[in-house]
Amino acid sequence: MLLIECPYCGERPELEFVYGGEAHIARPAAEAELTPGQWAGFLYARTNTRGVHAERWRHTRGCGRFFNALRDTTTDQFIATYKTGEARPPAVVPQKDP
Amino acid sequence: MQLFSALALIKEGFSGQRGWHAQWRSPEPQSSYDAVIVGGGGHGLGTAYYLASEHRITRVAVLEKGWIGGGNTGRNTTIIRSNYLFDESAVLYDHALKLWESLAQSLNYNVMFSPRGVMMLAHTVHDEQIIKRHVHANRCNAVDNEWLTPEEAKAFCPVLNIEQNIRYPVLGAALQRRGGTARHDAVAWGYARAADALGVDIIENCEVTGVSRGADGAVEALETSRGLIRTRKIGVCAAGNTSVIMNRIGVRLPLESFPLQALVSEPLKPVLPCVVMSNGIHAYVSQSDKGELVIGAGTDAYTSYTQRGALHVSTHTLEAICELFPTFRRLQMLRNWGGIVDVTPDRSPIIAKTGVPGLYVNCGWGTGGFKATPGSAHVFAWTIARDEPHPINAPFTIERFRDGHLIDEAAAAAVAH
Repeated sequence: MLLIECPYCGERPELEFVYGGEAHIARPAAEAELTPGQWAGFLYARTNTRGVHAERWRHTRGCGRFFNALRDTTTDQFIATYKTGEARPPAVVPQKDP
Repeated sequence: MQLFSALALIKEGFSGQRGWHAQWRSPEPQSSYDAVIVGGGGHGLGTAYYLASEHRITRVAVLEKGWIGGGNTGRNTTIIRSNYLFDESAVLYDHALKLWESLAQSLNYNVMFSPRGVMMLAHTVHDEQIIKRHVHANRCNAVDNEWLTPEEAKAFCPVLNIEQNIRYPVLGAALQRRGGTARHDAVAWGYARAADALGVDIIENCEVTGVSRGADGAVEALETSRGLIRTRKIGVCAAGNTSVIMNRIGVRLPLESFPLQALVSEPLKPVLPCVVMSNGIHAYVSQSDKGELVIGAGTDAYTSYTQRGALHVSTHTLEAICELFPTFRRLQMLRNWGGIVDVTPDRSPIIAKTGVPGLYVNCGWGTGGFKATPGSAHVFAWTIARDEPHPINAPFTIERFRDGHLIDEAAAAAVAH
């Protein structure tokens, strides 16, 4: 089980959270002008990154708020968590324990 | 190819088993091929086999970054069934099931296909209604499936607990008698051996790092960790790592990769005669010929490439299994592991041409790709050889997500996603 640091509440076990998928996918502004292909891209296409992945989590069984996180999908190690609306921090992978 | 037969076994028995050859070569990659398959699991090796055997395209290479059958082919719980809800899926999975029935003979390799029956349990009124709907839909599609009362389910699988006072009471079950299991490693090895005999080069420890394309956008060559390989046709069968390869080519797909767990117990005498699975509690269990219980759990909630899952996911499954089969409570688990499954938004696979000429993709099998191995490989080989889909995989395009023609098997799959 992962230990996740909610930016509002601090470190809590994974069971308190719900995963919210890839982060920073903004709903397109000019909806009426979008082609079906662009809609499909927004709705369905994902980077599915092998490495540092920006993703949303929601502290459902805590404060209830959404936030974003950077996690290395090859180790499941969290690199940073940050509040919704904040810019994605630089992805510096911490050294693994020896 | 050295044929396996009872006579060959007896002959080798008298000559100290010294006459067996390596079952496939370990060739150096050539500079060019007519077609290259990326990914040496069951689907990829099978595709190469059908390209050579059915379409006479024998200058084929299978590139595998690790060892063949070392990914999801060697990590799944080997369940085979075709009782899917929608017409498109029923045809695809039943095509595979029919190929399973004669696969050992076709490959001259014992894949230990065992149609022992697959039972899906209903624990709630909702389960009962949806499973009965499946049974009727399957029968309309000529896929065998039948509804059993709890007593009939217990008669078929005596170890099942049908007491009504447990957390997940059995209200009934669907049974597909043609479903069952097969030996997963033997599927990879059987296809590898048969493809190799037809001239296919199986190249292990060879990772694809990029694809070069010509002025018209068509694929021209693969950049690999073992040098440049020229080809005009590339079939990607890379399961959980499909996005990694396709991102390198610049093709975005509606895929996310999740860890899916499985466990095996210590071996015990024959006790579980069929496959038992439950949508409601993410559990599926069967008994291998070695006697181990093979148990599948659910996926983790988040995308990951770690090939391991969280303990609370498998605990949830084991708690339910111990209730359904009280006699398993004292069993110890020997191993658990994860595989990385690539999941599409509608939980149906993509077996299709891409927007890049000469690039084909077979992915998105999610948590249930093993059962489809022969059918998937068969229609994918057709798609690559003829540059057009086989009628069976024609609905399984990438464009269905643009056009809204989803094949929404999310509710129909065995595990809750």
